[in-house]
This record gives sequence, structure tokens and C-alpha cells, in this order.
Amino acid sequence: MLTIEDLHVEVAGSPILKGVNLEIKEGETHVLLGPNGGGKTTLLMSIMGLPRYKVTRGKIYFKGEDITNLPPNERAKLGIGIMFQKPPSIRGVKLYQIGEVSLRGKEDGDRIKSYAELLNLINHIDRDLNYGFSGGELKRSELFQLLCQKPDLVLLDEPESGVDLDNISLIGTVINELLNKEDKVKSRKSSGIIVTHTGYILEYVNADKGHVLMDGKIICDGSPRDLFEEVKKHGYGRCTECL
Amino acid sequence: MSIISPSRKEELRKLAELARYKVATYGEDIDISVFEEAEEVKEIDELSKLPPEIQDAAISSGIDITEKERAGSFVQVDHSVIYQKIQSAYRGQIEIMSITDALEKYPELEEYWWKAVRVDQDKYTAHAELYPMHGYFIRVLPGQKVDRAIQACLLLQENARTQNVHNIIMMEEGSSAQIITGCSIAPKVNEGLHIGISEFYIKKNAKLVFTMIHNWADGFHVRPRSGAIVESNGIFINNYILLKPVKSIQSFPTAILEGENSKAMFNSLLYGLKDSKIDVGSRIILRGKNSSGEAISRAIVADSSQIYARGTLIAQNDESKAHLDCRGILFSNDGIMYAIPELLADRAPNSILSHEAAIGPIAEEEIEYLMTRGLSKEEAVSLITQGFMDVEILGLPKHLEDYIRRMIELTQKESM
Repeated sequence: MLTIEDLHVEVAGSPILKGVNLEIKEGETHVLLGPNGGGKTTLLMSIMGLPRYKVTRGKIYFKGEDITNLPPNERAKLGIGIMFQKPPSIRGVKLYQIGEVSLRGKEDGDRIKSYAELLNLINHIDRDLNYGFSGGELKRSELFQLLCQKPDLVLLDEPESGVDLDNISLIGTVINELLNKEDKVKSRKSSGIIVTHTGYILEYVNADKGHVLMDGKIICDGSPRDLFEEVKKHGYGRCTECL
Repeated sequence: MSIISPSRKEELRKLAELARYKVATYGEDIDISVFEEAEEVKEIDELSKLPPEIQDAAISSGIDITEKERAGSFVQVDHSVIYQKIQSAYRGQIEIMSITDALEKYPELEEYWWKAVRVDQDKYTAHAELYPMHGYFIRVLPGQKVDRAIQACLLLQENARTQNVHNIIMMEEGSSAQIITGCSIAPKVNEGLHIGISEFYIKKNAKLVFTMIHNWADGFHVRPRSGAIVESNGIFINNYILLKPVKSIQSFPTAILEGENSKAMFNSLLYGLKDSKIDVGSRIILRGKNSSGEAISRAIVADSSQIYARGTLIAQNDESKAHLDCRGILFSNDGIMYAIPELLADRAPNSILSHEAAIGPIAEEEIEYLMTRGLSKEEAVSLITQGFMDVEILGLPKHLEDYIRRMIELTQKESM
């Protein structure tokens, strides 16, 4: 599904990713752990193709196609979707409109309503996109858009941050739906990368593989729970030994 | 033949003579003498009999040629009133006629003539009085709720002419209506001057939503002069939409909220194109107890256009409040946007006046965000711009909202 080779990325002239290699197969969910500033968000944004994240070396392949130089909209059309940690608000653009955009002409009228109901956003669909939304509402708005888009590769940046306990279970449920977790392991088609700082989301979503990203490189791979236990016990301090 | 009393007529003439060369406070000064008077145009009995290019011009300023969605229509071409009609279902609810006929029919109109707008405000008001060329009188009778819009269309079909119209809109007690006024020109018109005096009288418990759509040309000057007087529990909503190039337009309509609980809203959607000089404001004077107002302006500056967005709120009653909201986006390095909000609490220490004004580009972050959902950069800019030019603020019926949305979309496509 996704292959990243020796990816170097800089932001505003500063190198952030310094040679990332990653392989994600169809149906797999990976978790990215790492301290703040280690490059986790940069990796997701680079996969999505945001122009501020400049690839200086390496390649990104999606479904076998080199997408390194494609703009974000082309990547979205190929099947990559992202949940931002801090999405911007856009005055005048309504949540339902962006739902229609994400559905890309597949709208049958009911889907937007049913997804909004599922995410308790029925009173928000006529409101300006993300404007005045609470932390939990922002996350649900992001997931609403992803449900409409139905991407094959889901990039989730800190899905649990700023979310209260009432909301986290719902967010976990929807992420599981996006990642086809209800299907048999072999028949799952969607893949995902979850960036998490706290690891709470792992109580709701099972991941297949984990990675620690530090100082712009993946320095450790393993079972997500093992890695998270290690980080919980020792923090990222011990990880620096592997740099 | 107007029946304004000779003494009043003489008084107005003197005031107008004194103001004949009075330069307006805002906007570039125009030499009115360079424009000629137009010739008479014959009346028609159906809007579909308008020449095709005039029909197109009317449609582009919101006029429904079929009249299916309208309660009545008034059309003036150059100096001539060529069409006036009230749909049969609305007879007895509304009156539509040329102001010339109205002044003849209703002697009492004299007390409203130049009451909400001063005849000696500047050379343009003076010109309208000295060289009258009709205009419309629309009256909604007491207690009548008109469920379809009334339309008025002021067109110019000859180049380098002036059109001076004086309109009175009378909303009688307890009435409510929507009026759409489209001002437009034939394709061969590039230069000219339109002077439009509009006086609105919103009586007790009445409500008017007045929407003016302007559609001019690169060489055309426009000087509307509008005033409204709103009585107790009256509501006046004034929408102004300009989506085509113009040489210059300057207007600063005023609503005086005389009555208790009276309300005024001014909403402007301005799209500055080519070398347009647009100076559009709104002024709300809060005199009545619990009177309130809102002025919202959305402006896009493209090409070498200049937009001055003025807003003045004047509280003269201690229990009054108003808000001003002005936002602008500059698409061009050569454009100018100047937002000028003014608040004045005039011996009303407990009144509440507020404003927010912001000018800036579309944030890259917003464009990129929409691109991650599958929109191209151009589509993302277009969606954000359409959202910015928020037609929902106009409070119009859905079909009109959709119509204006389509016009904005079209303007944007043409300008990109």
C-alpha cells in the first residue's frame, strides 16, 4: 500500500526527517510513537503532500505509484486521507459542503446525514467548518470528513488529544470502522498510520505494528503495546541510546 | 404633472440650485455636464418584448423576465418608464407606479419627498431635483404580507447618458415585502452616470428586505443616495451586491431608527474588478428605545480595484445597540482596501456599539486543508471565496440566494 524510501524532508529550510524507511501493507495499522518534535506530524504531512513539507531526498510510493511530487488533492483522489491534529476553521464554508467534497460526487443525500448522526454532528453540519468547535467536536468533524472520503490509507495525527472520555470511545469506534477492523484480518483493505503521544487510543484501536520516530528517523520497530509499555516505563530517554 | 405645492417646489429648487456644484464628501468628483440626455423609449406590455440584449442586462441584475416569482414589476429604460405591472393575485396589496404619477395621485407624498435624503446633500441630489427623470413609487398597503418579491429594474441603453431617478418605497403599518432592484446597462453602454435617490419609509411593525444588484461597465459612474426612516418595531434590511466592474461608485445610505424596537441591517457583497473605485458605506442612527442595527460588509479586491468600506454607527438613545462587521480579501498586489468603521455614542452612555474589521489574504493553511480533501488549489480558493461572500447574511428566499450564489461563482470564474 505505502512504501517510503530514505525520506528526507525539511520545513522552512530546517531538516526534520532524515532518512525514513517504512512499509505499510494493505489492511495494516501502524502506530508512530515519539517525543515532540521528533518528526511524526512531518511524516504524515509529507505522505499527504502538504507543500510546506519539502522532500529533499527519497521517494514515497502509494499503491505502486510514485507520489513524491503529487499535490495533496491528487493524493486524496488516489485514496489517502488525513485527520489533522489541529485543523483550521474556515468561515463561510459549511461542514456539509466539505462532506460533499469528500464524497466526490457519491453523495446520495443520506450519507452525510447518517455520518453526522453517528458522530453527533447533526447540529453542526450547517455551521462554518470547525469554527468555534470544541476539541472533541474538531476530532469528530475530521472523522466525519474521513468517513465521507473513505480513504484506503488513513493518516491519524493524535486522534485522542484534547478529547474527553465521553468522546474517545466514539472516536475509537469510527477509526475502527475506517480501518475495517470489523472485517477478518485477511480481508481488511484499509491501512492506517496513527500518531499518538499518549497511547490512549491503543485501548480502543488495535494496531499491527509500532515504530518510534526520533530525531527524524525510525529508530525502533515492534509490537505497539510493547513499545508503548517501554515508553511508559522509561520515557523516550532510553530510546536515545538507539540513535 | 407633479402636484407638489408651488412654494415647496420653489424652496426645493432654490436649495438644489445652491447645491448644484457642491462636491460630495466622498468619491471622485464627476463633471455631470459631459453626459447627454437620453431619448424617449416606448412602453411595452410584456417584459419578454424587451430587446434580447436588454433582457440579458435585466436578468444579470436579478430581474425575472417571466415574472413567475414576482408580485409586480417596474422597468425604466433611460428616461422612460416602459413597464409597470402588478400580478393579479397581488392587486390590492401593493402599488407600483412611476414616481411622477404617484406625486400626482397622492398629494400627501409631498411630506416624504426629500425627507429621508437631503435635496442639497451634494451636486447629485441637486441634479436629480433639477432634472427629474421619473423613478418608482412602491407602496405596500397596511397589514399586507407580500410573499413574492417585487422587482424594479433601472436600465440604460444609450452610451454616455445620465439617468436620474428618484424612488420612494412606502411600507405601510404592519406590512412586509421583499424588493429587488436591478440596475444594469445594455452591452453597448460603457460610459454614463446613474444617480439614484431612494427614500424608504418603514412604518410601525413593517418589514422590508430591499436588495439592490448593480451591474455596470468599466466607464460608468454611479451615485446612489439613499435614506430610510424606520418607525416602532419596523425592520429595514438593505442588501447591496456589486459583482461587475464600474468606473466609480460612491454611496453611503443612512437608516434612521426613530421608533422603539426598530431595526436596520445593511449587508454588502462587493467584488472589486479591473480599475473599479468602490466607496460603499452604511450609516445607522439609533434614536428609538431598544433600536438595534447591524452592518456587514464582505469585499474582494481583485485587479487594480479600490474598495473603501465605510460604516458608521451613531447611538443617540441610551438603550440601543449596533454592530459593524467588515472583512476584506485582497487577491491582487495592485488593489487597495480601506475599511473605515466609526462608532459614535452621542449622549447615550449605556448604548453598546461594536465593530470588527479584518483585511487579509486567504490563509494558505485553509487552501491546503481543502486540498487534502480532494479539491484543486483553484477549487479550494473558489470554495473559500464563495463562503466568504456569504449570501446567507442577506436573508433572502432560497431561490434568490441560489441566484446570487451562481452570480458570485460566475464572477469568480471570469476573474480567475
